Amino acid sequence: MENILKVENIEKYYGSRSSLTKAIDNLSLEVERGEFVAIMGSSGSGKTTLLNVISTIDRVTSGHIYVGGVDITKLRGNELNKFRREELGFIFQDFNLLDTLTASENIALALSIQDASANEIEAKIKKVADELDIKSVLSKYPYQMSGGQKQRVASARAIITDPKLILADEPTGALDSKSAKMLLERFDYLNNELSATILMVTHDAFTASYANRVIFIKDGKLFKEIHRGNDSRREFFDKIIDVVTLLGGDLSDAL
Amino acid sequence: MLYKLSLKNIKKSIKDYAIYFFTLILGISIFYVFNALDTQTAMIDVASSTRELIKLMMNTLSAVSVFVSFILGFLIIYASRFLMKRRNKEFGIYLTLGMSKRKISMILFFETLIIGVLSLVVGLSVGVVLSQLMSVIVVNMFEADLTKFTFVFSSSAFIKTIIYFSIMYIFVMIFNTISVSKCKLIDLLHSNKKSEELKIKNPFVCIVVFIIASLVLGRAYYLVTDGFLELKDAKDIFAPIVMGCVSTFFIFWSLSGLILKIFKSMKSFYYKELNSFILRQFSSKINTTVFSTTIICLMLFVTICLLSSCLTMKNSMNEGIKRFAPADIQLTNKRNMDFPHQRDLNMTYGYNQEQINNSHIDVIAKLKEFDFDLIKYLKNYIEVNIYSTPDLTMNHTLGSRLDEVRTSFPFLRYDTMEMIVKVSDYNKIAKFYGIKSYSLKDDEYIVLADFKSMVNIRNIALKNHETINLFGNILKPKYDECQNGFIEMSSQSINSGIIVVPDNVIDEDYLTYDMLIGNYKTSDKKQIQIIENSLNELINNPIKEKYLLPDATTKLSIKESTNSLTVMVTFIGLYLGVIFLISSAAILGLKELSESSDNKKRFIVLRKIGADEKLINKALFRQIGIFFMLPLLLAIIHSIFGIRFAVKILEVFGTDELLPSIIMTSIFLVIIYGGYFLITYYCSKNIIKENR
Repeated sequence: MENILKVENIEKYYGSRSSLTKAIDNLSLEVERGEFVAIMGSSGSGKTTLLNVISTIDRVTSGHIYVGGVDITKLRGNELNKFRREELGFIFQDFNLLDTLTASENIALALSIQDASANEIEAKIKKVADELDIKSVLSKYPYQMSGGQKQRVASARAIITDPKLILADEPTGALDSKSAKMLLERFDYLNNELSATILMVTHDAFTASYANRVIFIKDGKLFKEIHRGNDSRREFFDKIIDVVTLLGGDLSDAL
Repeated sequence: MLYKLSLKNIKKSIKDYAIYFFTLILGISIFYVFNALDTQTAMIDVASSTRELIKLMMNTLSAVSVFVSFILGFLIIYASRFLMKRRNKEFGIYLTLGMSKRKISMILFFETLIIGVLSLVVGLSVGVVLSQLMSVIVVNMFEADLTKFTFVFSSSAFIKTIIYFSIMYIFVMIFNTISVSKCKLIDLLHSNKKSEELKIKNPFVCIVVFIIASLVLGRAYYLVTDGFLELKDAKDIFAPIVMGCVSTFFIFWSLSGLILKIFKSMKSFYYKELNSFILRQFSSKINTTVFSTTIICLMLFVTICLLSSCLTMKNSMNEGIKRFAPADIQLTNKRNMDFPHQRDLNMTYGYNQEQINNSHIDVIAKLKEFDFDLIKYLKNYIEVNIYSTPDLTMNHTLGSRLDEVRTSFPFLRYDTMEMIVKVSDYNKIAKFYGIKSYSLKDDEYIVLADFKSMVNIRNIALKNHETINLFGNILKPKYDECQNGFIEMSSQSINSGIIVVPDNVIDEDYLTYDMLIGNYKTSDKKQIQIIENSLNELINNPIKEKYLLPDATTKLSIKESTNSLTVMVTFIGLYLGVIFLISSAAILGLKELSESSDNKKRFIVLRKIGADEKLINKALFRQIGIFFMLPLLLAIIHSIFGIRFAVKILEVFGTDELLPSIIMTSIFLVIIYGGYFLITYYCSKNIIKENR
């Protein structure tokens, strides 16, 4: 299978020489096309930093990150923005929807900044709204929607541009369990039916159990990696909990 | 401790304060400069009549200053409210930490104090420097000579500025204290989480309101321009003003609902780049800013009209003097006051018998009685006679059209006697002035007039070929409209009508004035001044008990009085115009900046979904641009009609030079308004920049 994402020996340091913090310490990983990968770790483990450097919001101190064969650590300025809007789709914990725009306009914005035509935009919105079951909220404003609806709208915005890689940062973090389940089922659908590649950061074992593979990070290093294989979601969830226990208390504290 | 906190706050939020501080400095320095004008004018050498006008100007300026201080006061309170809002969360944290509201008020008090003192120090220094520049302009405007450059400092203006602005700052402090004592902790902490409720207006209501408002505005426009003649009373002007203000408000109100609808239907535009975002930003804010947009629009309108009309006045008056005061001196002498028709008409009222008896003497002889030989000073001169008779008034010249005109203009005096002049006399004057001369057949007459509204009235009769009966001769008009020409010197076209008739129809018994028009031998201003001073002394002499002395109109006196008048009007116009302009621009700028913290979050989202910097900057530029342009656009449309109205009102002053003053106004507008726009743009760009 083709590698969509290849992270090679990256390091990310914060602070000055006297008080150096290694947020990521010589970390490597690969994600293949059509994979649904979850990254878990306690707070301060470096998982958000990892997502930030992959999404080019932050820069690595050393190492290389390849997305679809392009070394994104070498991109600068507007190349970065171009890469971000054409190759990546983002889903954030706090949705990051624009409160002045309706749901459909929020979704459309991702396409309009790529200079898509109005007809194309409307057709795509219709399709994605069907897939994510948000047809009824398209003309609503974010403040009129529930958290789950907001996150599905944000997901629609992330996938509408057909990105190579969808990055999700604690997508269920602000959702109740029912909404979280609905969202994750949509992710599953996107992954299975549309073969979207998803990289998701979470500290929630239940959320992670929807993935094909879970990568655990501790102190900026790869701690363990488990594959779902043919396990049922329930079995996979138990495996994840085992590793979480192994990782130490603070991750389960966060549950 | 509190003091330190306030100082740190100011340092921290210097970016937000920059435009506020800048506006304060501008306001203070302009306030100082205009109030310090008397010190500047004191050092230049001007005639005493001008001195009087300067005094009047200073009194007017200080009255205007009170008005200006109200505007600036409101601006400052408005601005500090914005800056307070931005810091709600900070105050919320102080309160949760147990700080008392009194202490928060103290922090704000110190902040206002520091800003106040700083702005006064900087503003006054800038003002003192600017006022040196102003003295050059003042000297130029009074057409005086700048003999030596002196550094001028007006302590009275200095103290006045400090007092006025201290009062404003005290009001701000009171205001801040009240708003701190009224606020609730919950609102402070959650103030920026509350997303503004987007009220969707019914588009049909919007369209109806828009159409009605446009119609009302159109009616107001009509009333002040073509319908000008329908305005009978000075009070009537309030109707179009109120109509204009109200319809301006409703146009913005309905536009806020409509613009989005319109552009949304233009899909390929709406979905291009960040257009949907910009339009949403715009419509989400205009809902809450309709009122301030209206105020700003009206202020800009007043500014444009003020600046362009006062600049026009200055230009046209200088032109006017050149055209309408071609000779150096003109003496008008009342004659034949004992003739029965004058006595019957009560024209002798207020004069004693001796004066009446002596009114047979002509002007030169009269001056000789006092050993004042004016002729010896003159290079050349002419003498002409003016006639009038109760049998030739407006009632007669308008003829059969009288009733028609009377219904439109009920306030005109129709029984005033017309000025009659022989064609040979008029041609003498015309040759002397270097203007067009006329010829007449024995049964013809000409009406000369250049005062526009009178020309219009007289043309009604002339079009109808109304004949007149003068001393038994029936005369018909040679032309079917008024011709250009004048006899009395002035600074503008104010000749409301002279009847030129053939020489042989005149009855010498009806001689009312004789006139002497001449040019001095000397062209030296000082010597002319000496001649005119002694002439004035004579005319104002008590000896005139015996003789009725002639009225003197000289080029120099016309020049001085108009000059001082234009300078006064120009200064007041500039003062108010600039203050209005900076106030409205500052309100817009502050509003945009205070909202850019909300916007910051939105722009970060845009960046995250991959909008590049160029696109984001373009969006920001357009967003701020729309907010600056919208009130300006309507203000410009208002001004097109407003200036036309001003032209009508100022008709007396002549309006030939409208274009250069409109260009000047545009330059002012572009520099100040455009400057504020750019500052706002760059400051906002700085605020929304991601801090890495």
